[in-house]
Amino acid sequence: MERAQLERAQIGVGVTLSEQLARRKIKDNLRAYTMVFALLAIWVTLAIATQGTFLEPRNLSNLFRQTAINGYLAIGMVFVITAGHIDLSVGALAGLTGAIAAMLQIKWLPALSAHVRVAWLQPGWPSTLIAVAAALIIGTMIGIWQGVWVAHGQVPAFIVTLGGLLVFRGSILGITKGINIGPMDPSFQSLGQAYLSHTAGIALAAVAVALIVWFTVASRRNKIKYGFPARPLWSEALLTAIYCVLVVGFVVIMHRYRGVPLPVIFLIIMAALCSFVFKRTQLGRYTCAIGGNLEAARLSGVNVRRVIVQIFALMGALSGIAGVILTARLNAATANAGNQFELNAIAACVIGGTSLQGGSGSIPGALLGALVMASIDNGLSMLNVEAFWQQIIKGLILMVAVLMDVKSR
Amino acid sequence: MQQRPSTLLEVRSVTKDFPGTRALDNVSMEVWEGEIHGLCGENGAGKTTLMKILSGSYPYGTYEGQVFFQGKPVRFLGTRDSEAEGIRIIHQELALVKQLTVAENICLGAEPAKYGIVDEMKLHRETRQLLNRIGANIPGSAVLGSLGVGQQQMVEIAKALRGHVRLLILDEPTSALNDAEVANLMRTLRELKNSGVTCIYISHKLRELFEIADRITVLRDGRCVGTKPTSDLTEDEVIAMMVGRAQTGRFPPKTRRAGKVVLSVRNWTVRKPDKKYLYAVRDISFDVRAGETLGISGLMGSGRTELLQSLFGEYGFQPSGEIIIEGRKCRISSSRDAIALGMGLVTEDRKNTGLITIHSVSHNMTLPSLPNLSNGPVVNASLELASALELVEKLNIRTPSIEAKVETLSGGNQQKVSVAKWLMTNPRILMLDEPTRGIDVGTKYQIYELMDQLAAAGMAIIMVSSELPEILGMSDRILVMHEGRMAGIVEAREASPEKIMSLATMGARASVN
Repeated sequence: MERAQLERAQIGVGVTLSEQLARRKIKDNLRAYTMVFALLAIWVTLAIATQGTFLEPRNLSNLFRQTAINGYLAIGMVFVITAGHIDLSVGALAGLTGAIAAMLQIKWLPALSAHVRVAWLQPGWPSTLIAVAAALIIGTMIGIWQGVWVAHGQVPAFIVTLGGLLVFRGSILGITKGINIGPMDPSFQSLGQAYLSHTAGIALAAVAVALIVWFTVASRRNKIKYGFPARPLWSEALLTAIYCVLVVGFVVIMHRYRGVPLPVIFLIIMAALCSFVFKRTQLGRYTCAIGGNLEAARLSGVNVRRVIVQIFALMGALSGIAGVILTARLNAATANAGNQFELNAIAACVIGGTSLQGGSGSIPGALLGALVMASIDNGLSMLNVEAFWQQIIKGLILMVAVLMDVKSR
Repeated sequence: MQQRPSTLLEVRSVTKDFPGTRALDNVSMEVWEGEIHGLCGENGAGKTTLMKILSGSYPYGTYEGQVFFQGKPVRFLGTRDSEAEGIRIIHQELALVKQLTVAENICLGAEPAKYGIVDEMKLHRETRQLLNRIGANIPGSAVLGSLGVGQQQMVEIAKALRGHVRLLILDEPTSALNDAEVANLMRTLRELKNSGVTCIYISHKLRELFEIADRITVLRDGRCVGTKPTSDLTEDEVIAMMVGRAQTGRFPPKTRRAGKVVLSVRNWTVRKPDKKYLYAVRDISFDVRAGETLGISGLMGSGRTELLQSLFGEYGFQPSGEIIIEGRKCRISSSRDAIALGMGLVTEDRKNTGLITIHSVSHNMTLPSLPNLSNGPVVNASLELASALELVEKLNIRTPSIEAKVETLSGGNQQKVSVAKWLMTNPRILMLDEPTRGIDVGTKYQIYELMDQLAAAGMAIIMVSSELPEILGMSDRILVMHEGRMAGIVEAREASPEKIMSLATMGARASVN
């Protein structure tokens, strides 16, 4: 179809297609911007209160590392909540997979870390890789198991995962006997604590910038190919430039401390991947459809059971990753690792605009939500506010965020 | 000539704007004391908006103009204000709690109670009085969900009559009722009128309006076209007022010709999933040809929807019988199988089973076709938008954008979206369950035209409908169901309303007699 013809096509009440698309963009973006502004407001407040220490590279690096673990769980939780379910077991599952990884490396297969050498791997890595793989596989299997209970057993996810929470917490105590399992091999520790070298950081920034530009150009081409009006060139260029500046700025600030933290860069990659799955694939679309109207989705040929199992499998895998990074960061598996992380993950999703009624959600939003939660923790700790106040304040912020969301609809 | 009664309600120059649209444009109307006032208009004409202003759902100040009740200006800030004046509204969708009993529902929110403890005796006595007043023989202790829709409607009316009532507004009260229940409702309304309750009766169904209304007001595009005594009007005149043009035939001429048999169903029998010892559909056999429209008629609860949904693989316990599509025997155990075999099902209830109203027009349209619009697991977003746009234009769907949420569209346009959603899958067999329920006359005609075009292009169409004129006007053959069984198949040219009705009400015996 000719573009000009399309521009003329009056689909609504005297409004052209490009105007409509622009209008929607503004409305959608307004929500996202509100959150960014809220985060900035929190940062400015904390920066003033801490006389600037909050925004120093050292602290920002810390802040992002603190966000990472909750970030993985929040990404998975977006899928679960958007499909109209809930997962209360993610904190316990992260704790369990982290404990299994630690037990494998230290108690069950200690010989592996001490003696096995692989020519192309540094010492210690064979055992670490096996421990990580085990954590991921077990996390995924447990996710599938819970998904089967929900999808085929028709047991509400609330109950299945509440039961799961208890089962996993009990299992952690059972296998660790309640004592800390550590220290981990340096290779394992590096997963949670290492930084990219500056060269790698710069290379990564270059790749990210290239990807952003490539994506923008590709989607612009595609739009034009199918006859949809694209944005004006200058605005597209400006937007791309802003994204690139953000990427470069992030890397520069991180480099002023020790470099880009490994768990953070990995989180960003996972988030980008999952966001793509959520927005652009059938799985993502079906997730929204099931949460939006289960009956309509079923009658439209969506394999509801399979989608639900897939979502819980993804949640399980992400819990496994969170577990590994948690153990790596603490350099040990502890009996109460991951306690109440599920609540932080749910809160991050909700602050980030995922609807608890199901049907709509946002992964970048959930990351922002996780960053808000972590900023408050971090900032208040710097101000020597007692821990109980932190909990109270986070709770109130969650409530206010949802109140604002409800009122703005 | 009777003396003109006093005015109970006057709406004077009311204008109500929503972002981007003007829902009501300088509307004025009067409702007289003691009359039944019919209100009709196409979907989106502003009926519901006007009612929401009268009930206070849109508070005073959000609209321009004035409302007078019993001669004095009123400024309702919420539904409590309007209820205090004696205005009650019964909405199209019943607002009752299925799990509670009839009595609990009727007194919900204002239970006779002392210190917060409900006085059960008083509760049941009041309930009985209210139910007696409308002549409904329903036990107050029955759980609401166990009643039929018609009886639930009666409960809703009884509830509305509690306390001091001057004006009762009914919004599409009969959309879920069968003919006997409608007759019962009409009788109740007449009794209420005799006892001095004034009534505004909103309906698409002109037959009902002409049966019960003293005067009829027609709205079109947010304006009041006029109010006239029913005795001065004909149905065609009202339709002309509603659509703004004279309607020449309510159904398009048939341009199609039947081809070879596409779908054969043999001895189709389905049990109810919740009560497995009961049959929902029993021993149904029929053929549908390409280019043919098979109408399925029957009373509410005769198993029509269950038949369609079970053929689509989504209803019933252990269905038995044969489905043969283009000569091949098929097994359909889910909607995925059905879609793969080229079937589509436009469901009866677009809000609950047809559309995801919080999602966009394009996402709704493409949901069943996503595998065809994807490269591997990745949806081709531009191809998706282009395909959706094509159908929006083809079906003339009026939406602010293909990215607009479906909930912002009018009923008729929502229905077009649910049809478009299946057209995108290119089905060989399209099943439509009540394709024109709750939509306006103009859109109805467009949907009829579309159905004819599709049949002419070789599609086999199965249409379930509760409206006899629609069944007679649109079908080539008519399958009549009675209590889950097939009462008969009638050729359209031999069919008459009486014949269909007698089959539907008496089953196969009708043809023997």
